[in-house]
Amino acid sequence: MFGVNKRVLPGFGLSLGFTLVYLSLIVLIPLSAVFLKTSTMSWDELVSAVAAPRVVASYKLTFGASFLAAAINAVFGLLLAWGLTRYTFPGRKIVDALIDLPFALPTAVAGIALTAIYAKNGWIGALLEPLGIKIAFGPPGVLVALTFIGLPFVVRTVQPVLEDLETEYEEAAASLGATRWQAFQRVVFPTLFPALLTGFALAFARAVGEYGSVIFIAGNIPMVSEITPLIIITKLEQFDYKGATAVASVMLVISFLLLLVINGLQAWTARRTGRAI
Amino acid sequence: MSIEVIGISKTFGTFKALNNVSLNFPDGELVALLGPSGCGKTTLLRVIAGLEHADTGRIVLDGADATDKDVRQRRVGFVFQHYALFRHMTVFENIAFGLRVRPRRERPSEKDIRAKVNRLLDLVQLGWVANRFPSQLSGGQRQRIALARALAVEPRVLLLDEPFGALDAKVRKELRRWLRTLHDELHISSIFVTHDQEEALEVSDRIVLVNKGQVEQIGTPKEIYEQPATAFAYSFIGSVNEFRGRVDGDFVRVGDEKLRFQTGTFKNGQEVVAFSRPHDTEIVANPQSEDGVSASIKRILGTGAVARVELVANGEAREGRKEFFEVEIPGSDVQSLGLSTGQHVKLRGRRLSVFADQNGTQAAS
Repeated sequence: MFGVNKRVLPGFGLSLGFTLVYLSLIVLIPLSAVFLKTSTMSWDELVSAVAAPRVVASYKLTFGASFLAAAINAVFGLLLAWGLTRYTFPGRKIVDALIDLPFALPTAVAGIALTAIYAKNGWIGALLEPLGIKIAFGPPGVLVALTFIGLPFVVRTVQPVLEDLETEYEEAAASLGATRWQAFQRVVFPTLFPALLTGFALAFARAVGEYGSVIFIAGNIPMVSEITPLIIITKLEQFDYKGATAVASVMLVISFLLLLVINGLQAWTARRTGRAI
Repeated sequence: MSIEVIGISKTFGTFKALNNVSLNFPDGELVALLGPSGCGKTTLLRVIAGLEHADTGRIVLDGADATDKDVRQRRVGFVFQHYALFRHMTVFENIAFGLRVRPRRERPSEKDIRAKVNRLLDLVQLGWVANRFPSQLSGGQRQRIALARALAVEPRVLLLDEPFGALDAKVRKELRRWLRTLHDELHISSIFVTHDQEEALEVSDRIVLVNKGQVEQIGTPKEIYEQPATAFAYSFIGSVNEFRGRVDGDFVRVGDEKLRFQTGTFKNGQEVVAFSRPHDTEIVANPQSEDGVSASIKRILGTGAVARVELVANGEAREGRKEFFEVEIPGSDVQSLGLSTGQHVKLRGRRLSVFADQNGTQAAS
């Protein structure tokens, strides 16, 4: 029964089996444990755990700030990638290496550093204080931290596409009478868009799960600047394991749905522009 | 539209790509810029298009100075070697691009755009691929679409950079015949860059032969082929046998041997290079003959009307002498001369063209 459908590439059974086992061990089984634990709760318990006003406020902050941070990163990450690929300037390699720093830095270090800078008595915080802008210890602080940790994702996904995009396309557009802006808008940007979307999705996913850097700068005021991962930790510390897994399940489901939507969007743009999916 | 190039020079770092080039392209002709790779022909084309700016010199289009105009204002159609079709647009949208990016006041209506694009698709005989994406087309089809896209903006001149360079031999041949027919229909002044002499000879009205950033010769394909003006022109166009030596009276002395030549006035002892086309080269079966350069037959190809004989020089490779020779003789001569592989013979030029050897690497005699 296996001999009928011969494939050119051998080892299909083995590699698929390995993929599934590995994915199960690393991702699916731990995640299903979350749902399993949650399923032991009664409906009322579940609703009171996941729909408490304080928890709902944290969802709004976590997903809202993550979305905003990913959007900011999409814009500025694109600019950075553009600068790094299109121009040569002294120190370019160093700047290029700096981009990865948020990847490598322990998130707690990032959180402390950002707090030190943006607090009332920090370098930037002190400048903004007289203007009535408060960043650290409030929702804007959360946004700053999430933007910081998400930046490399956009730059690193867009950069290779931009490097491969030969100037020939822009030259062709110009020779057909397009202005610089039209060439960017109609030729360069559509080519970059799928990569940009991937970068956005990665930055967003990373921001949703971020904990370490945010708790230092957020101030963690209930209903105002408390993120969902912190709620989960708090519940764990109070030995409310069921409550923690319930909130975690909600996070998982929302994240999964959002990533599904982004993937769908990608497939749609790919189809619309004739690329294989 | 006429194109005038006046004293153009262009340097990339320390590399002189173009060195004081002046040219005049007459209206309505299909001109080939021919030369080996790295000779500056593509740079010249890009300077004419406005994609590159020359260090010195001027470009005059239709009698008006266009040196400081950018590519958008010059209204030239440019076709790239690798097509540069926009991957995310359908073939239709690719061709319509130049019309859609016009300022609102000059932009044709959607209906007019549609009609025009369809007309162009018919012109390049690809009406049925309008809704496909470039990645779904073959190389030859892509290049025809690229051409249609360039023509959509009604350029005053069409510039093609190695348009068939990325295609396989068969498609290439088809496409260049097609380009010739298209040009005869449209009569738009066109310049195309190529390193393929066969392509230039077959397609163009006029050839500009470029070497090391300078123009070597300008002429019709017939002139270029039959009366090469310089040693470079001779060796670059068509296959040729090359003999380097010193002038000695009516002979060119090549090593210990000599070749008789008729034309040209050279001082005795001057270092020269002599060329002879394969069909103008004679084989003398007697290896003791006074006149001729000795060689031995390596292969005899073809037994029809024309036989091609490949030979190598005798003895060790001497400096300054080309190792390999090629001779075309009537097939019957192979029999009558009794030629066979391995035989030692002498070669002689029926119409030897002799040029002063500039980079004289001369064998000691």
